[in-house]
Amino acid sequence: MSKAKKILLDPIFNDNPIARQILGICSALAVTSKLETSIVMALAVIFVVSFSNLAVSLIRNHIPTSIRILVEMTIIASLVIIADQFIKAFAFDISKQLSVYVGLIITNCIIMGRAEAFALKNPPLTSFLDGIGNGLGYSFVLLSVGFVRELLGSGKLLGMVVLKSTTEGGWYLPNGLLVLPASAFLLIGFLIWIIRTWKPEQVEEE
Amino acid sequence: MVEHYLGLFIKSIFIENMALALFLGMCTFLAVSKRVETAIGLGIAVVVVQSITVPVNNLIYNFVLREGALSWAGLANVDLTFIGLVTYIGVIASMVQILEMVLDKYVPKLYNALGIFLPLITVNCAILGGSLFMVERDYVFAESVVFGIGSGAGFALAVIALAGIREKMRYSDVPKGLRGLGITFITVGLMAITFMLFSGIQL
Repeated sequence: MSKAKKILLDPIFNDNPIARQILGICSALAVTSKLETSIVMALAVIFVVSFSNLAVSLIRNHIPTSIRILVEMTIIASLVIIADQFIKAFAFDISKQLSVYVGLIITNCIIMGRAEAFALKNPPLTSFLDGIGNGLGYSFVLLSVGFVRELLGSGKLLGMVVLKSTTEGGWYLPNGLLVLPASAFLLIGFLIWIIRTWKPEQVEEE
Repeated sequence: MVEHYLGLFIKSIFIENMALALFLGMCTFLAVSKRVETAIGLGIAVVVVQSITVPVNNLIYNFVLREGALSWAGLANVDLTFIGLVTYIGVIASMVQILEMVLDKYVPKLYNALGIFLPLITVNCAILGGSLFMVERDYVFAESVVFGIGSGAGFALAVIALAGIREKMRYSDVPKGLRGLGITFITVGLMAITFMLFSGIQL
């Protein structure tokens, strides 16, 4: 596998930001109760993380270490504002549902974590690819959790009824536990179990 | 008066626990809870940062950003709340940077143990969340001091408790694929469900 391809594809399963690097978990809990919000959130994060990696990497040799956190935060905050304005302009209905969460991308540690751990030490192009890869890995977890929570928690997918609930005269009794944010912890825990059974080299020896 | 502040303190530690009731600051929470010793270090760092940034942001909000707050400078109609987010992040980022330099110089052991998670306190949602809650609930200065210390202490309590559980869990026979991070997620899920008990308490 060539180096660029490895940087792009590794974060999806082999070095997943949520399942392996422990980054970006708060938003994974907050937005995954519905699939639609998970998708928009995933796209916004891919955009912000790839371009913040690119920008940080371009100026990495000119940032004094003592103020690097401030510089990184400024870059990230500006990109989040762009993403927020873009969603407001082209998908206004979804932006109303998401408004708080898009602002919270600033405090999503995947972005800051990749800027600190990768973009400060690598050239622009590979940093950009690393950003896209990590965004995709994040999306993978977000979409799987969102899928299970919306399907079993309210019997719907993307707002359309799949399993008709008993309150509407159907047969499916929605599982209230999956609407609570605590259930996302349990689901991510099981997801990690599945990934590590498939890829045993990720198992942690204690 | 004392009762009010005591109630706020207890509420910010248990009922509205940053980590286990509001799910803020999860990344640091999960990553730095392997050993009780480092968890205590992180807990102290969060309490320090939180109890400084919340009151500072409270002063900035009340005397600069809030609608009509600039009337002391003759600008009675100026409303700067829209730059709130950037200002709070700016205050937090500079506080963390200062803390990083101090730790690097005086407590290098803790500095090395915290590693990348010290700069990540900047993006710890518990810290930004604390400032945003302070604004949303319109705390006066004294309340913001109590809330800052309380919410920081709540986070510290949760992370130390989790570290204690994880240290004990080293002796249990966890299925291979769940070892480490997987079982930690499930433990936190169960801890969060138990913390839901506190939500019924009225103070």
